Amino acid sequence: MTEVSQLPTPLDWTSDEIMTVVAARELTGEMVCFVGIGLPSRAAILARSTHAPDVTLVYESGCIGAKPDRLPPSIGDGVLSRTADAVVSVPEIFSYWLQSGRIDVGFLGAAQVDKRGNINTTVVGDYDRPSVRLPGAGGAPEITTSCGQVIITLRHSARAFVEKLDFVTSVGHFEDEALERQREKHGHGPQVIVTDLCVMRYQRESREFELTSLHPGVQIEDVLAQTGWPVIVSDDLQETAPPSNEELVALRGFTEGDQASR
Amino acid sequence: MNARELTLCEAVAEFVHDGDTVALEGFTHLIPFAAGHEIIRQERRDLTLVRMTPDIIYDQLIGMGCVKKLIFSWAGNPGAGSLHRFRDAVENSYPHPLEIEEHSHAGMAARYQATASGLPFGVLRGYAGTDLSRLSPTIRWITCPFTGEELAAVPSLSIDVSVICAQQADRRGNVMMWGITGVQKEAVLSATRSVVLVEEVVEEFTPHVNGVVLPSWTIDAVVVVPGGSFPSYSEDYSERANDFYAQWEGISRDRATFDAWMTTHVLETKNHEEFMASLTVSLASRHD
Repeated sequence: MTEVSQLPTPLDWTSDEIMTVVAARELTGEMVCFVGIGLPSRAAILARSTHAPDVTLVYESGCIGAKPDRLPPSIGDGVLSRTADAVVSVPEIFSYWLQSGRIDVGFLGAAQVDKRGNINTTVVGDYDRPSVRLPGAGGAPEITTSCGQVIITLRHSARAFVEKLDFVTSVGHFEDEALERQREKHGHGPQVIVTDLCVMRYQRESREFELTSLHPGVQIEDVLAQTGWPVIVSDDLQETAPPSNEELVALRGFTEGDQASR
Repeated sequence: MNARELTLCEAVAEFVHDGDTVALEGFTHLIPFAAGHEIIRQERRDLTLVRMTPDIIYDQLIGMGCVKKLIFSWAGNPGAGSLHRFRDAVENSYPHPLEIEEHSHAGMAARYQATASGLPFGVLRGYAGTDLSRLSPTIRWITCPFTGEELAAVPSLSIDVSVICAQQADRRGNVMMWGITGVQKEAVLSATRSVVLVEEVVEEFTPHVNGVVLPSWTIDAVVVVPGGSFPSYSEDYSERANDFYAQWEGISRDRATFDAWMTTHVLETKNHEEFMASLTVSLASRHD
């Protein structure tokens, strides 16, 4: 590790790697994080193994305080239960732990997302006769409304970033002010979307996700072309800090041989 | 009445009937695959299947035409791909139309809890603003009589038979599971009948951290099937066969490939031992 960080030149990285690294940076300190499967799990494990060792990872399979040293292919992998501080039943994880407000951050993926952070993981096309049937809701609807805040991570494409969702599986933010205030009693919903192109953050005033940071080498036009709504670009648009060698070495260490990576 | 020890063939013949509502529960860990295969061999039809996380075994049951309706909250092959037989049924009504009733995990968990508790419905703070709550007749709103808060109500389930895996039974037919235990306890306590597959029978249990024990009188049949959760796993007995989950993508994508695989490995094998042996043979022949 020490030798690597002394390398004179930065390592090359892929767009998937910067997405994972930047999503991981959103987890800090002693946050308690409810982790979704796939990209979120990868980022959460990276955070714990680099800058945020005191983050508590909670999985919907009932594993509280899991300390995986490799990427589990599913949220019910033995590496999660064997390293957890406690393993509880699925009804308990959703009622005593999630619904009760004990989770700081929910970390989710999505098939489709809109400008308010609403998520679709149910169908593409008509519900009764879908062109693509997706897995469905899972834990997401209550994760988005019960956690203190939510981080969403997914690959950026025009098919994923849409003006109108085919199906609202999980609500990001309500259009209606009264409903939005009601939901804020229990959690602030999605606050950041991390993709392989950029970072978008939720702005309470505009009620939209705005483009706040471009990954190195990405142009505003690239993001606009892959987003189905006219994105508001922040006045304070930043360039994302590239992945450090340490972050990349850690990430590559535990994703080696990972079947879920594409 | 205490649980009886039966063979898997006997237990499915006696407890799983055409038209039943059946929950083969398990959350990644302890999934009763061997029981699903036996249900396919005995050609059960018109089943309503219940499961929070339908995976490959439900894909097989759907693809083999055993299923009329699916009640679920997340249907996928985690980390590996889609459930292609489930998708073919929903997208193309193949091999026949599949009725679906879907919820979130929190909603399904509340339904199981309510059912195990003998209540008509469960309550949760959930579903607000979602299309599921707009479309589903099984999500309604109630007002808390004490605080006035609007909450979601979901009906309890009517499960004829639940089938789960546990690591051990003792001589009296009590069963114990540990590791990730999901919603299996609630599934057994929600069902009229229940069957538990175990890795082994022991004289006396050694307590386990996070161990869950179901007393013998809550179970109808105990079936000893070592490795019966394959390709899922049984903590301290087996590892999850992640390769098999990855291979399922290729086996299940095409109807003919799926049919051929099911014929060779399930229909033409008599029991779980033969099923496992058939996989070893096909793995060996691939290396020729």
